[in-house]
Amino acid sequence: MTSQEENFMRKIEAEEKIEPKDWMPEAYRKNLIRQISQHAHSEVIGMQPEGNWITRAPSLRRKAVLLSKVQDEAGHGLYLYSACETLGISRSEMIEQLQSGAAKYSSIFNYPTLTWADVGAIGWLVDGAAIVNQVSLQRTSYGPYSRGMIRICKEESFHQRQGYEAILALAKGSPEQKAMAQDALNRFYWPALMMFGPHDSESAHSQKSMEWKIKRETNDDLRQKFVDQTVKQIEVLGLDHPDKNIKWNEERGHYDSSDLNWDEFWSVINGNGHCNRQRIEHHVAAHDEGEWVRDALSAYNEKKRAKKAQNAA
Amino acid sequence: MTNITEKLELFEVFVRSKRGLDHKHVGSLHAEDHEQALEYARDCYTRRSEGVSIWVVKSADICSSQEDDADCFYDPNDDKPYRHATYYVLPDPVNNM
Repeated sequence: MTSQEENFMRKIEAEEKIEPKDWMPEAYRKNLIRQISQHAHSEVIGMQPEGNWITRAPSLRRKAVLLSKVQDEAGHGLYLYSACETLGISRSEMIEQLQSGAAKYSSIFNYPTLTWADVGAIGWLVDGAAIVNQVSLQRTSYGPYSRGMIRICKEESFHQRQGYEAILALAKGSPEQKAMAQDALNRFYWPALMMFGPHDSESAHSQKSMEWKIKRETNDDLRQKFVDQTVKQIEVLGLDHPDKNIKWNEERGHYDSSDLNWDEFWSVINGNGHCNRQRIEHHVAAHDEGEWVRDALSAYNEKKRAKKAQNAA
Repeated sequence: MTNITEKLELFEVFVRSKRGLDHKHVGSLHAEDHEQALEYARDCYTRRSEGVSIWVVKSADICSSQEDDADCFYDPNDDKPYRHATYYVLPDPVNNM
């Protein structure tokens, strides 16, 4: 190990943060860029399934809440892109990687939002799962990522609570509304569990990420936390648990649960979910349609610069 | 005689007290240029190892919102209490989310 590497590892082991101008191994930088950009892309692509329901929200109140939530996701994307840029990659490179498929985003957003109940289920379960992951990442070893996570976690609680409140209203409503809530739970529960990624034994990046303290808890441990906390929440809704094998294990102090459909997981990751193509096509279209705004911005800046130069002369 | 500080530029100083924390504004000082500002900042603001990293920024380069305009600047957010987690009343057993 070189003295630079030793110094780096000493900081990691002492729970000190790595900051942008510090020396870091190239693989650490690459690993972070992959994870943070994937996280940023997830925030941005995640606006689509919920955005689908903004114009059809059942009341003005729900609409205002949903608008605020989707706006937050754009903000979270921005925090994360900025954190990632401190590692020496540009915004346009990241967007290019997203659109070409070289960079991934969370596969949960490739599932369609078929009913209004899905919007509640996303806030409650998808944001709920994201919070479990992000709370853990507040202790990540890279300073800008850690600070971004702290900021995001502060804002995220509203997302989960508004979702639960919306689905609670349905669960306590008419039989049709309750059935809609149950259906949304049944469809989103499993993909939400998949958000934590493959089993630790199958996870390509996990070991090094844990060693470098980019990740602080394993996929399976985080998933277990989410399984445990969700049982009570389903019970309060008065809905049936989608996992028929869910059972408290006194010895482990955790719930036992069914294994996931990993074929589905890999299939969606590899581009064959319901909405993979649509999500990227929409992103490309939105980006292209915004071209004139970016052009106008630089034309205006150019004009201001020219005027300033003229005044100075 | 012209006061020397009038010829020097004003810099704002930000200190990171510990790795992982944000840089925090601690004060300002006059200096010839960035390098000198950094050395002065070290001498002035971190005499007791208050920090592990210092930023200096020319005060003239800081663009800031006006306190007097705060009302209309932030007004659009005042009628959106639903952006706060506490706005949502949930049953007790699940209220910790």
